[in-house]
Amino acid sequence: MSQAASQESTIATTAHRSLVLNRLGLLIRVTLLLAVAIIMLAPIVYALVTSLRSPVESFTLPPKWIPTEADWSSYRSVFTTIPFEQYIVNSTVVTLAIVIGQLITSALAGYAFARLKFPGRELCFWIILATLMIPLQATIIPVFVLIKELGLSNTRASLVLPALSSAFGAFLLRQYFLRIPDDFEEAALLEGANQWEIFWSIYLPLAKPGLSVLAILTFNVYWNEFLRPLIFLQSIDKFTLPLGLVNLQGYLGTGSISVVLAGVIVSLLPVLVVYLVGQRYLVEGIMMGGLKG
Amino acid sequence: MAQTTHSPSAPAARSGPIGWITENSLAGMARRRALLGYLFILPSLLGVLVFTAGPVIASFGLSLYQWNIIDPPTFIGLDNYERLANDTRVLQSFVTTGQFVVLAVSLQLVVSLLLAMGVQSLKQTGLRYVFRTAYFLPLLTSAASISIVLAYMFHQDFGVINYYLGKVGVARIPWLNSSTWAMLAIVLTYVWQQIGFTFIVFLGGLSGISRDVLEAADLDGATGWRRFWDITLPMLSPTLLFAAVIAVIGALQVFAEPFVMTNGGPGDATRTVVMMIYESAFSFLQIGYGSAIAVLLFVVILLVTALQFRLSNKWVFYQ
Repeated sequence: MSQAASQESTIATTAHRSLVLNRLGLLIRVTLLLAVAIIMLAPIVYALVTSLRSPVESFTLPPKWIPTEADWSSYRSVFTTIPFEQYIVNSTVVTLAIVIGQLITSALAGYAFARLKFPGRELCFWIILATLMIPLQATIIPVFVLIKELGLSNTRASLVLPALSSAFGAFLLRQYFLRIPDDFEEAALLEGANQWEIFWSIYLPLAKPGLSVLAILTFNVYWNEFLRPLIFLQSIDKFTLPLGLVNLQGYLGTGSISVVLAGVIVSLLPVLVVYLVGQRYLVEGIMMGGLKG
Repeated sequence: MAQTTHSPSAPAARSGPIGWITENSLAGMARRRALLGYLFILPSLLGVLVFTAGPVIASFGLSLYQWNIIDPPTFIGLDNYERLANDTRVLQSFVTTGQFVVLAVSLQLVVSLLLAMGVQSLKQTGLRYVFRTAYFLPLLTSAASISIVLAYMFHQDFGVINYYLGKVGVARIPWLNSSTWAMLAIVLTYVWQQIGFTFIVFLGGLSGISRDVLEAADLDGATGWRRFWDITLPMLSPTLLFAAVIAVIGALQVFAEPFVMTNGGPGDATRTVVMMIYESAFSFLQIGYGSAIAVLLFVVILLVTALQFRLSNKWVFYQ
């Protein structure tokens, strides 16, 4: 009887101990994860709070992590020091044109590869798929020469034209169209729909998740891109945001960092909005390797 | 009665190529689908041929010429490659890039795997969401813009990083002004920005490992490290291969971070291959020589990727 009781209490202490250990383990894990989270957010928070200090104070240490008296003057300065408004317009026009272009070309190609049969289809698909492997650096010099030959040097079109189609986009949307059953087409045919109507009013709306993934990824990549604008654009009034900001940083040196950081924060806003609206799609696209294009 | 067969509503009656397409039969429909197929792939195929496939071949072609883009090009055979083989600056940029890739990719993979496992082990969805967002956010920023921010933070005198290191007794580190530290600063910046990608990929891979397998492992008494080495890692290995291949391809093309933070310096300590391509082709207008370096980088990327797949037979486990 007493033996059974002591056995029972041993089991109880063991259970209690493992519960304590579990709690402790959880606490350690959460602390470590939190420490890394702080490090990951620190540069963005640093940029934000420093942009809210006066330009003179902006490089005094320590940084004011909580902006008690926000000074918005740097946000005005960034618009008056450089053609910042023009950069915003340029980035917006270029990025939106590319997103719309890629949505159209990729939806058409993806649909054809998934649902229309024609001789040479597999060959064309493999040609497009093979170019997925090719890095930007392997093509940029000839593309630069081609842009020059076309008379498009130093124009926003030089950024848009080569990016209007995407091997990744065609591949991605093909995968989405493949998931939609054939039954929809048969039903539509019975009602007298033609091939275009079947694509436009039946299959395209059903592929919306895929279109969202592509739109959000493409927006992110081209809003942030740096190498092509650096090579293709020469005059300041054509610059996109990342190029304009790097140019401003070089020009100001370490003069008034709050102005540069105000620019960085403004350029981050659209990307944050896109993340809040479409994070599910963004994550889905990234898992397919889309952001490294 | 005979007239009705000639009414316009019967397209079968039309002749010529239009009739061949509009014919109201199964064969006609198949033809319409095929025609539509060609029209639909045309923009993508054209874009890919003109702006990707064509230029790759053109890169090889251009690398056989000497050309400053203004005067007519001169064919010089393999001279650019001969020059490249003796150009210590270019060869050094390949070594520098190689060191960068090894440091950045291993750090990125190890840390993001630990983070993914940590987040996956949490049961509180709120906490998971907060951590996921924090680790993921830097990936959304522009590498160029965020390099500006990190360059300020790494600044030797007024940088916030040296300030806090000073608080724990570390002397000011010349992050961007010494060849050893500059490489580390760029690796840290790059990894900070890219970690969200592998983190998300690993999180997806981990959630794909079935509960049954893990529970069976628990019943067999496999816990902690044993479970990690014997169960989690093999089950995750295909995901690991995918992440490693994409991370290596990306890191081999690093450009914005060293361009903005150190401009390749001090000296050439952080000058990567893409910076050399940029300098040769677009600063010095040596289109042919720049192309030769680009071709070499492309070949290196292909070889490294092929090697990774080759070696993967030894460690990747497919269920």
